[in-house]
Amino acid sequence: MIRTGILFLAGFSVAFSAGWWSMPRILYREEPQPVQFSHIAHVGEKGGMSCEDCHSFRVDGTFAGVPKLESCAGCHSAPLGETQAEKDFIARFVEPGIEPQWKIYARQPDNAWFPHSAHVQRGKVACEKCHGDIGKSDRLPVYRVHRFTGYPEDVMGKRTGPLGLKRAGGMRMDDCVACHRQNRLEHSCLDCHK
Amino acid sequence: MRKLGAETKTARYAMLIDLDRCNGCGACMVACAVENNVPPPQASATPRTGLNWLRVFRLKTGGRDAFIPVMCMQCEDETPCQSVCPQKAVEFDPVTGIVGQIPERCLGCRYCMAACPYQARVFNWRDPQWPAGMEKALNPRVSVRQRGTVEKCNFCHGRWQAALEKAAHDGEEGPVHYTPACAEACPAQAIRFGDLNDEEFAAACHEQGVFRLLDTLGTGPKVFYRTSRAEVREATRGFGEVRRG
Ligand code: SF4
Ligand code: SF4
Repeated sequence: MIRTGILFLAGFSVAFSAGWWSMPRILYREEPQPVQFSHIAHVGEKGGMSCEDCHSFRVDGTFAGVPKLESCAGCHSAPLGETQAEKDFIARFVEPGIEPQWKIYARQPDNAWFPHSAHVQRGKVACEKCHGDIGKSDRLPVYRVHRFTGYPEDVMGKRTGPLGLKRAGGMRMDDCVACHRQNRLEHSCLDCHK
Repeated sequence: MRKLGAETKTARYAMLIDLDRCNGCGACMVACAVENNVPPPQASATPRTGLNWLRVFRLKTGGRDAFIPVMCMQCEDETPCQSVCPQKAVEFDPVTGIVGQIPERCLGCRYCMAACPYQARVFNWRDPQWPAGMEKALNPRVSVRQRGTVEKCNFCHGRWQAALEKAAHDGEEGPVHYTPACAEACPAQAIRFGDLNDEEFAAACHEQGVFRLLDTLGTGPKVFYRTSRAEVREATRGFGEVRRG
């Protein structure tokens, strides 16, 4: 009896661990970013830039998101420093004028409408609240995209797991709704859906 | 988006259409379709299977024909489509008075279509198809619907959202002002869009000769029509019998 129990538990844990390990790899595919980017090198003491220098608002209130090549080229028209990566960046993108195809971790489904201006400017929500402290990172996190839906993992989220593994940067509808409920701002679907 | 409470300034967006000015050109229909990513009808489409959020009906009255643009009336009381939806995919927004249709919740049962006295709702029998290249010209502010969902006019809420975004950026409070595509496109300036909380606009909606379709049903439509011709008002009383022209 006890032997059977032990055997069962052993088999179960092997199968469980195998599933736990393999499922995310089956569901998500890793994709490389065009360039390894360091936020630390740009902001703070080292780079002296502020977030808004690259992530700006347009006059109509829309958020420009990830900067275009011309913002990068403003400083990086010629290699700054001696690294090979820097030279590659200039040769691959700046000189031929090719936009780097950045993968956006927070890319939302088409039917979601998220006005940054209402949250950041009116609501004074800190960027880190949704995006985590990526602004303090030295490397870009691995970009994982769901093989079937094509959405990045940060949107579909590790939090879909039954244990609710929490990671900064979760961007699911639950997160939006929870915050809106807390602030008594929950009115209608059209507030967030287009 | 504003907090709801005693101090909240909400809007009651409404439309006032001057039938004496409308000449049935259909510019509003085209503008509506373009604004809201309504796909062009497939060759096999019928009036039942084509998608039009806004239709212009022709009314034969004996004398000069009248043309009546009809879209979702944004019913305010007992909103018929909302009250029957089993999915809560239809929703009356207390902040704007806009009746929202949320395609991503829609189950496709079409109960709302049966309930709507104005036949303002349309059903996607197929996934939208765009002529080659046209998908590049889609409006990014309006999501494309898929087959199996119901859709309808929502007073161009994409434009409302754009106005809201700009207001937040500029630090403005209170209801925002914007113009729906049909009102903007109308060459005869027959369509006026406004907020019923605005006294002047509200007064214009209660002038002599203003009426609403199927008013007696008590659905409280927020689309108003105006005409100086009594026979037009008389003929629209039985709206269900208006002939498709
Ligand atoms: S007109 Fe029809 S679709 Fe529009 S709110 Fe009224 S019942 Fe609903
Ligand atoms: S308000 Fe917008 S969605 Fe409604 S009929 Fe006019 S153009 Fe179409």
